[in-house]
Amino acid sequence: MSAAAILDGCAAELARPAVEAQRPILRERGQREVFCGLTGIIWLHRKMQDAFFLVVGSRTCAHLLQSAAGVMIFAEPRFATAIMEERDLAGMVDAQDELDRVVNRLLERRPDIKTLFLVGSCPSEVIKLDLAKAAQRLGAVHMPRVRILNYSGSGIETTFTQGEDACLAALVPVMPALPAGSPAELLIIGSLPDIVEDQFLRLFADLGMTRVGCLPARNARALPAVGPDTRYLLAQPFLGETAMALEGRGARRIEALFPFGVEGTSDWLRAAAAAFGVDPALTEQVLAPGRERARIALAKLRPQLEGKRITFLPDSQLEVPLARYLQDELGMELVEVGTPYLHRAHLARELESFGPDVRLSEGQHVERQLDRVRADRPDITVCGLGLANPLEGEGLTTKWAIELVFSPIHGFDQAADLAELFARPLRRRDLLEV
Amino acid sequence: MQLAVWTYEGPPHVGAMRVATAMEQLHYVLHAPQGDTYADLLFTMIERRGKRPPVTYTTFEARDLGKDTAQIFQDAAREAVTRFNPQAIIVGASCTAELIQDDPAGLAEAMGLPIPAIPLELPSYQRKENWGAAETFYQIVRHLADTTVTRAPREGRKARANILGPCALGFRHRDDLVEIRKILCLLDVEINLVAPLGATPQDIARIGHADFNIVLYPEIADEAARWLERTFAQPCVRTIPIGVGATRSFIADVAELAGADPTPALGDTSSRLPWWSRSVDSTYLTGKRVFIFGDATHAVAAARIAREELGFEVCGLGCYNREFAREIRAEAAACGVEPLITDDHLAVEDAIAAACPELVLGTQMERHIAKRFGLPCAVISAPVHVQDFPARHSPQMGFEGANVIFDTWVHPLVMGLEEHLLTMFREDFEFSDEAGASHHAAHSPRKAPVADAVSEAPVADIPAPAMADEPGSLWTAEAERELKKIPFFVRGKARRNTENFAAAEGRRQIDLETLYDAKAHYAR
Repeated sequence: MSAAAILDGCAAELARPAVEAQRPILRERGQREVFCGLTGIIWLHRKMQDAFFLVVGSRTCAHLLQSAAGVMIFAEPRFATAIMEERDLAGMVDAQDELDRVVNRLLERRPDIKTLFLVGSCPSEVIKLDLAKAAQRLGAVHMPRVRILNYSGSGIETTFTQGEDACLAALVPVMPALPAGSPAELLIIGSLPDIVEDQFLRLFADLGMTRVGCLPARNARALPAVGPDTRYLLAQPFLGETAMALEGRGARRIEALFPFGVEGTSDWLRAAAAAFGVDPALTEQVLAPGRERARIALAKLRPQLEGKRITFLPDSQLEVPLARYLQDELGMELVEVGTPYLHRAHLARELESFGPDVRLSEGQHVERQLDRVRADRPDITVCGLGLANPLEGEGLTTKWAIELVFSPIHGFDQAADLAELFARPLRRRDLLEV
Repeated sequence: MQLAVWTYEGPPHVGAMRVATAMEQLHYVLHAPQGDTYADLLFTMIERRGKRPPVTYTTFEARDLGKDTAQIFQDAAREAVTRFNPQAIIVGASCTAELIQDDPAGLAEAMGLPIPAIPLELPSYQRKENWGAAETFYQIVRHLADTTVTRAPREGRKARANILGPCALGFRHRDDLVEIRKILCLLDVEINLVAPLGATPQDIARIGHADFNIVLYPEIADEAARWLERTFAQPCVRTIPIGVGATRSFIADVAELAGADPTPALGDTSSRLPWWSRSVDSTYLTGKRVFIFGDATHAVAAARIAREELGFEVCGLGCYNREFAREIRAEAAACGVEPLITDDHLAVEDAIAAACPELVLGTQMERHIAKRFGLPCAVISAPVHVQDFPARHSPQMGFEGANVIFDTWVHPLVMGLEEHLLTMFREDFEFSDEAGASHHAAHSPRKAPVADAVSEAPVADIPAPAMADEPGSLWTAEAERELKKIPFFVRGKARRNTENFAAAEGRRQIDLETLYDAKAHYAR
């Protein structure tokens, strides 16, 4: 890869209209069967263990969180909802005073909290409750013990994983500054399960790269520094805003495939190594054991998936890189790849291997999309839990998409686990005789 | 603002979804932002429905605000009517759409749809799920019932009844209905209509043909039943047939309204609860302290069964739905306990800790509270999780329901003989209380607190349960050792009673004497 290609980072949006023009994208609007960004809290609070997420919203928001969190809700979780009531809306009480009261009570009850996120919702955005101002005001009171930040996870602005994007983008301005001329640092952007993060950090250490930070950090008060000598690597495809905020602080993106499967992970690690001037021979030597293990593990699953036709309904923005992986490394045939939002620059390289017949769709009109699924009859459809059982009821095999966000799927040693997530429903379909 | 980690009830539009999903040929057009579709998975996952709920969401986004959300609503409504061809639609707004004031009712009316469009006003910032379900069902009945219906004279035909209340996402509604149908069959009563579950809008139109109504779940059907009482002069059976006694009263009430002979139904011998409860193994159930929380209907029914049919002592009773607090207060007075009317699960947790029950009957939330306290628990009310929508027939109502209840409640308890052995050999290392009940590992008492800290770190911020065996400064070492010899399932109560006794007597220390004095004082 040329240095220019590596360096152009987010500016690639302007540089790549040619690829875009060749590929028709089906853009639809209508009913969208997707989660809102609040759902991101479910995994973000596990990652940042000193943080608390307080949603300012309605009973619906609280109900969504508990429905999505399943049984996790009961272990004294680090998220809650300040449910707005009639008197908050009618102006009978000052919403800002009410918020202060709730936050003070919460912080008294939970002295272990070091960072508090005030998370905006549809109702709070619509009534234009100024949570940024509230965060500032409350932050001034509670600093240094508690840092208070704000972002929006509302459905009107964010879809599912975009909640993480909004949260991380809110962290970028409070990352410590690295002055120009500091030693180059690498940042891995996007929350990964701890086990995966550790695997990547070990690989980077083996490559001789020791100045590697992660956003989000496991401790929200120990954020990595950022500056003009920082290079960042996106671990997740849904981080457009965070990338822009990082660019705004002088950091530059390392263009790479997303680290799914043998090739995605190799490309991701190689791109970072190359950007930091690691000897390519050393890179290959460090990558070899992981590549070999993943290759062996994938070989067992390939026969189960090869030639099978798959459709992705929009959910997390992981659809495009996952489709690339399933097609290139497991021989699956892509029928339709739907995504809630397509970041053209970040996904440009992922799309290169898609054949001309792959139907790429952005946005959703769920009824029409389901009509297409029924007409296509793919072997497996990746979709949300609201659609999975109804499609199974129609005799279509499904893989519920949310699991892809909660399971460790990145990197060499998870490549086969990722394939297994798609192979299992197909195997089960063949296994059941009733 | 109310700080909430967990809510017993969803917003009112989820109640409306429950009614819409229960019915056939009815569609719900819901003005709601992207993301509110999460509620679909309650039906497809928890209730395991193989069909999508009949709900079309407008899913407006930020960029639509202030310009064309009204247009989006009308387009969605028109498309839904064309695509699904329902007999009627209900239209309404979710909490966010309520704020943008698009008025789905007016918009739907202006469209001149070929079918009835029933508007719903569900105040999301005041009311909750059950209220939403009740209001929706009431509006549907009010708009669709044919009020010109006159009933034929009763002579020469069977009595006809409507069964009102069974709904989607209802706790055991599917199987309760089977049991009620059995009873009505024995009483030779014809079922005019079951609603909302399985009813079409056209079915609702002929709701006035019934001679009387049976309200199985007042949380959902009471509002509509009261309107039917006024409009069609249909009397109403309000007895909830949960428990043997309540089922007998229900049979008598239905028989009276139907002018039928209750004997065949009352003579139904399928109820095993009375004998099971009288058999000697159940002697150990006598006076077991039970804490009951849930929706008012199920909580009241459970309290009566607990006292009158299983011989338990009710040590706490409450509900989360304020609308039916009166029923809970009356029953709590009969049990001699303070009623607990709250939708704050932390308050319920505190009340359970204070009551030191030996069995908790509640919702899935109480199940988790009981798990943390190491207490046996059974589920009696929504909200429930997927395992409480079982594949097997599992009613709560009728005589079979009583059988199910006996098994479900007694199962988590240490069985009689086993409890006896644990008491006999309490010093024996193999029969120590740490072993707990043989058949229910999940409810065995907590081991060393260290293990818990590891498994739940770093979020462990759980207040220590009040019944935990911690050395109290009041206790002499000898008395503390003696206390340990009492089986774990009564030890909490013994500790509390002894401490209360010591406080009342003004004793500064609890020694062996105090322990046994207290035991004598509280002897049953």
